[in-house]
Amino acid sequence: MLHTFIALVDNKPGVLTRVASLFRRLNINIVSLTVGETEREDVSRMTIVCDAPENAAFRVRASLYKLETTRNVDEVGRSEAVVRELCLIKVAAGPNAPHGLQSRTQVFELAQVFRARVVDLAPDSVMLEMTGSASKIEGLIQVLRESGYEILEVSRTGRMAMRRGAHSSKVMKALGSKAHQTVFDGNEDPDALDPMDSLPNQFVEHET
Amino acid sequence: MDLDVQHTAMPHPPTLTGAEIVWATLAGEGVSTVFGYPGGAILPIYDALRKFPIHHVLVRHEQSAAHMADGYARASGDVGVCMATSGPGATNLVTGIATAMLDSIPLVAITGQVASKVLGSDAFQEVDITGITLPITKHNFLVTRAEDIACTVREAFQIARSGRPGPVLVDITKDAQQATAVFDFEMSKPRAYRPHPMLHSGLGDRNRALELIKQSRKPVIFAGHGIIQSGAEREVLAFAERHGIPVATTLLGLGAFPASHPLALGMMGMHGESWVNHAIQNADLLLAFGMRFDDRVTGNLAHYAPNAKKIHIEIDPSEINKNVKVDVALIGDLKEVLKSLESSLGKQDPTSLQDVGHPQSGGSKEGARGLATETWDQTADATRAWREEIRSLKGDASVRDIINLPDNGHLYAAHVINDIWQEAKAAGRLADTVIATDVGQHQMWEAQYFKHEDTRSLITSGGLGTMGFALPAAIGAKMAGPDKDVWVIVGDGGFQMTAAELSTIQQEKLHINIAVINNGFLGMVRQWQEAFYDKNYSNSPILSPDFVKLADAHGIPGTHVRERKDVVPTVTRARTGSETFLIDFVVEKEDGVYPMIAPGSALHEMVRRPTKDPLLETSED
Ligand SMILES: Cc1ncc(C[n+]2csc(CCOP(=O)(O)OP(=O)(O)O)c2C)c(N)n1
Repeated sequence: MLHTFIALVDNKPGVLTRVASLFRRLNINIVSLTVGETEREDVSRMTIVCDAPENAAFRVRASLYKLETTRNVDEVGRSEAVVRELCLIKVAAGPNAPHGLQSRTQVFELAQVFRARVVDLAPDSVMLEMTGSASKIEGLIQVLRESGYEILEVSRTGRMAMRRGAHSSKVMKALGSKAHQTVFDGNEDPDALDPMDSLPNQFVEHET
Repeated sequence: MDLDVQHTAMPHPPTLTGAEIVWATLAGEGVSTVFGYPGGAILPIYDALRKFPIHHVLVRHEQSAAHMADGYARASGDVGVCMATSGPGATNLVTGIATAMLDSIPLVAITGQVASKVLGSDAFQEVDITGITLPITKHNFLVTRAEDIACTVREAFQIARSGRPGPVLVDITKDAQQATAVFDFEMSKPRAYRPHPMLHSGLGDRNRALELIKQSRKPVIFAGHGIIQSGAEREVLAFAERHGIPVATTLLGLGAFPASHPLALGMMGMHGESWVNHAIQNADLLLAFGMRFDDRVTGNLAHYAPNAKKIHIEIDPSEINKNVKVDVALIGDLKEVLKSLESSLGKQDPTSLQDVGHPQSGGSKEGARGLATETWDQTADATRAWREEIRSLKGDASVRDIINLPDNGHLYAAHVINDIWQEAKAAGRLADTVIATDVGQHQMWEAQYFKHEDTRSLITSGGLGTMGFALPAAIGAKMAGPDKDVWVIVGDGGFQMTAAELSTIQQEKLHINIAVINNGFLGMVRQWQEAFYDKNYSNSPILSPDFVKLADAHGIPGTHVRERKDVVPTVTRARTGSETFLIDFVVEKEDGVYPMIAPGSALHEMVRRPTKDPLLETSED
């Protein structure tokens, strides 16, 4: 089954190797991994999607935490988070393609339905850019294929995920945030679950 | 230079070279001894040593430097420190670092590295040691600037000793060693230790654990290495006594619970006593204290302790449900978790047994191996029937024991180890004896026949099983406790892996007692070949030099022992002398370690000890 982890890690050289090496050691295949900067200069954010047995998730999370460079790890289900992926697709279309010029208009129409954008137009090809959930992206690719288009190239970023609502106080603490320090008044059990962590999210996933 | 590094808030922090900062920081962390070997990329550090009150032990191979630092750490509980140059020096450390990693030993390894401007260019003696050691260190660092050395080395110490301990490597480029920076020990303090966010289990789990303990009629405590790491020996003893729960021990847990205690069962697992493993299979509750259900402990998982609920107290959350699915996991430092459990129990259970005294160490032989003391029958009523049952499981185990077989003129390794133990006990030195073993049959016999009463009295490579470990680890242990009687128990194979350290012993003028268990074979390999490969002894017979002459070449006295009657006098001679002494025990060649669980078999399917002569066929249980 697929698991999606969000890891906040130190923004330093070599951190990606440590994370990747961990999955290698656990013999778990990474489906996708995105890394990028965050709202904080010293923290990078990784969204890691991996294929592992259901009971492996706890161990992956615990092992990720064991890396000295990890500040916080969260596993997100679909309903609690917005999960998005960016994809570039190049299809053969244009005057020289099998169905000639008509093929282009058809691609434009498909793009519109899927809310993809045309970002490049060449005599023989059209490049589409699409953001959305993985299943929507796969939907577009499938429709293109079934409509007889030759797909020349696909480049996908892999999933990025963000929990809905505010950061949990736990995450803010892991990041050592000053702004949220008032939240922790000595008496509070630092490890008590936040309502954020335990309550199922009220929102239903709705696509843009 | 007079560097008062431990004092806080120096008015004018001095400017030092990176190399000096390394030593000043080590001194500030309380290091008095380091083990290492010089070379080009670490020469600035060696040059700066003379200004600092730290003793450097020159080893004969860097692997031994890591093992010595490891032995030092295991014996003392402090962080061990080793050093090596770049390239081959650093790669030679690898086996020693991995050994420490698998046994969670706090270690800081410092390596020299080529200058930062040529990093990645395959410069002379350049190797990517942070890359190489990534999976075998708890963490590692590459330092390229003098001003980063102090805080990095301090952070390395913090990481090595905090949480679940482990080795940390700090790779320092030569230019960083040569450059200068302001040194301020106090200001280089690492940010506060970041406890694992999954630590501390909720109250709910604790209550559930209490419920399971109260309901249990057949509990067994598993005493692991974590007890020693956490310093929870007394808490575990009190807990076991209070509830009358028998205690089985892992290899690395030996010494965490006194072997002569009426509740002590001894070692479990692959070479544990068969009745101990049977007890585990029959138990209704396992309380795992700081252990990780290693495959050598569990045997075939499908048939492991089928009727037992399991409570796992462990500091590393990633160990939970890794091998064995548990019913309750209490994540945290064992000592603290036990304290909080006991305080909750104290409120519920007025018939506390805490006032029951702990018998003196070195009790009767029966007491050491069984549950023969009446006190326990009278006190912990709830588990009395269970303790009776375990006693009955023993059956003829003690009759089969080689120690109790009539002398047949052969010298067995078990005799040697039993006699070393008895001799130390008779001399009143048991509490001051540290044994370092190598890996193989002798290691298992040591675990079976040397009754460890005291914490940190056994130093052995459990997780990695590294041959060549014993001699250097013993050197480290001796440096950590110069007043201890330190014994090396080593096979003829493993001894030849690091025998060059005899020379280090002499250079350091140490008194270590060396017992080579010489059977002419890579014994454990031979035993497996006998059991599983039709006695095809492929490359297990091993030729050895005359170890007594080898010792002599190093200026170390020694002797061969071939008969049982000579064991004790020679052991006394070694122990009471003033210098290192080597005894070459020429033992039975084709002896086997029993009981034994074959790989893939369940705990109760042990091959037991032979009934009459150990050289005869073994009987299936
Ligand atoms: C470095 C290393 N290489 C190989 C092994 C595999 N091995 C385990 S036990 C053993 C035999 C050890 O023989 P010896 O040192 O003579 O001790 P004995 O078993 O005879 O007591 C071997 C080769 C190991 N544990 N470590």
